[in-house]
Amino acid sequence: MLKGKKVIIFGDRDGVPAPAIEKCVTAAGAEVVFAATECFV
Amino acid sequence: MEKQTIIKKLVDERGVEDLVVVIGAVDPEVAQVTAETVTLGDPSFAGPLAGVSLRLPVYHILESEVKNDIPQDVYEEQAGFMEIVADTETISRKFKEIREKITQV
Amino acid sequence: MPDPIIKTCSYILAHAPNFVRYGSKPMREIADDPDAVLPSIESHLRTFQEAVAYAPNQVYIGNLHPDRLNDMEQPWYGHPLEGASRCGPYGESMPEDELLALMKLADDFDLVWLDKETAPILSGALRSNPLWKDSDLKKVDAGMERGRIDERIQHHGSLPLYRDGRVVGCVHRHHEQDDTLKAHVLMENLLAKTSGALALTHLLNNAKLRPDEIDFILNCSEEAVGDRYNRGGGGLAKAIGEMCGCAHATGCDIKAFCVGPLYAILHAAALVKAGLFQRVAVVGGGSMAKLGMKFKGHVSKGMPILEDVLGGLAFLVTGNDGESPIIRLDSIGRHDIGSGSSQQSIMESLVLKPLDKLGKKVTEVDKYATELQNPEVTVPAGSGNVPLTNYRMIGALGVLRKELKREEIDRFVMDHGMPGFSPTQGHIPAAVPFLGHAIDAIRKGEMENAMFIARGSLFLGRMTQLSDGLSFLLEKNPGKA
Repeated sequence: MLKGKKVIIFGDRDGVPAPAIEKCVTAAGAEVVFAATECFV
Repeated sequence: MEKQTIIKKLVDERGVEDLVVVIGAVDPEVAQVTAETVTLGDPSFAGPLAGVSLRLPVYHILESEVKNDIPQDVYEEQAGFMEIVADTETISRKFKEIREKITQV
Repeated sequence: MPDPIIKTCSYILAHAPNFVRYGSKPMREIADDPDAVLPSIESHLRTFQEAVAYAPNQVYIGNLHPDRLNDMEQPWYGHPLEGASRCGPYGESMPEDELLALMKLADDFDLVWLDKETAPILSGALRSNPLWKDSDLKKVDAGMERGRIDERIQHHGSLPLYRDGRVVGCVHRHHEQDDTLKAHVLMENLLAKTSGALALTHLLNNAKLRPDEIDFILNCSEEAVGDRYNRGGGGLAKAIGEMCGCAHATGCDIKAFCVGPLYAILHAAALVKAGLFQRVAVVGGGSMAKLGMKFKGHVSKGMPILEDVLGGLAFLVTGNDGESPIIRLDSIGRHDIGSGSSQQSIMESLVLKPLDKLGKKVTEVDKYATELQNPEVTVPAGSGNVPLTNYRMIGALGVLRKELKREEIDRFVMDHGMPGFSPTQGHIPAAVPFLGHAIDAIRKGEMENAMFIARGSLFLGRMTQLSDGLSFLLEKNPGKA
């Protein structure tokens, strides 16, 4: 599902942060085109 | 609206093909609001995606579809812990609903 | 040498409904659609008495223990506390009339003009406050012709100050071309100074100290003081200390987003332990930018706008007195640059590593204080219950350690956590609102210890993808050797 895809990431400081998601999807063979962590407070 | 602006710009530059959105918020409501904002747009607010649907597939990092694609050791190190914290069943259900809604638009 | 202690603390709220329009989010939304947004904000503001009787605010100033919120029916704003007092053991809730007078008192550059008719009413209000009744309020009394105020607002970039729906003064810019000295920025900085000074005054009062007995001040507020050549490079520590009469103190600012207060306490403890200073005050003023931050969620759900108060806090760090709880400097939880991006490794660094050093289990900390944002503010706006998520993460660490079963996390959160009760003022909710309650409970022998964990969002400044965090354990004083 992720292999070869271009991924836009919205992570959460108090959830799964963007750099962690980035490591996951890159390892799955996807390319990250945008990654940002959000802080909801 | 900042998130919508980012998505709109990326789509304008690259087209929608092969684009996927992955969300990391563990509160189901927060994850849902984020997912809907970036894919369906929010009809109640005037933003770049108002009335525009990009039909981008949106997933949560803790969904099994995503998890199964990621090498197990990397997933466990980076995200697995949050499965203990999050209500993954509710998250999976909400994201499936959102993806169904997208295909119907 | 024994570890330093936190001797006492203070917490203040300043009700600022007429400044909600100047919060970052309301201001942007008003600019987009002034005719619709401003009236909707104004019709959802609370009275001072409503803000005072709001249970989370009562917890913040120390009249109620945080755990009591668990038994109270929600929405808390729909169940005001009868007979609630504006004063509490840690500080007070200040009404806006007194805040405006105190803001003028904090103004050393004639940035604030109050109109002639209103100024005496405001200074009279401040004179009724026992902590300020003896202050020299001539500056507040003076007042300005209304015509000159209007002229400045219309032609010179001054921002109006409101009371009861009418203009009663203004805040000026201080340079024609410098965005860091425009009226809106100066208003924000002046309110941080004012609320910080109010917190420090209460700290001195609670500690029964003369102002000149403080020898160092660390300000951890979130504003950016400076001019065009050094945006945010300045500070408020000495401005606040000067206003409070701390003539024998020096000091500086520590900025670290929401971790600011914990870094400031850590630095204070280090300065005391090193013997460089004896009595260090850590102080944080409120954030005008965050007023009304979630107002759209509140208005759309027919709720009052709950982000209508500025928060302030102050702590006194000193050498060991043999009584007050100590800061365990041998077990500071650090989010190192190389701590990694995963939530697990971050939480392990902040919670498990320090506990390992002390040989303690996750369940051997009586209470954890984490990000304490009031969920009633954030949940209706789609921002979730941040304290609850953080408490579940600490419980999950216990599960990984096999100290807890997964189904016991909810119980753990109830026993070792607490509902969020702090106004969403950035650095203010960062674990430290529980310090006062913790000091009291540990002194009374109701608790042995409490861990304070703050998380910061370094990535917001767009200079790194890193987040930040710091923790320390506050522990019962072993007593004089």
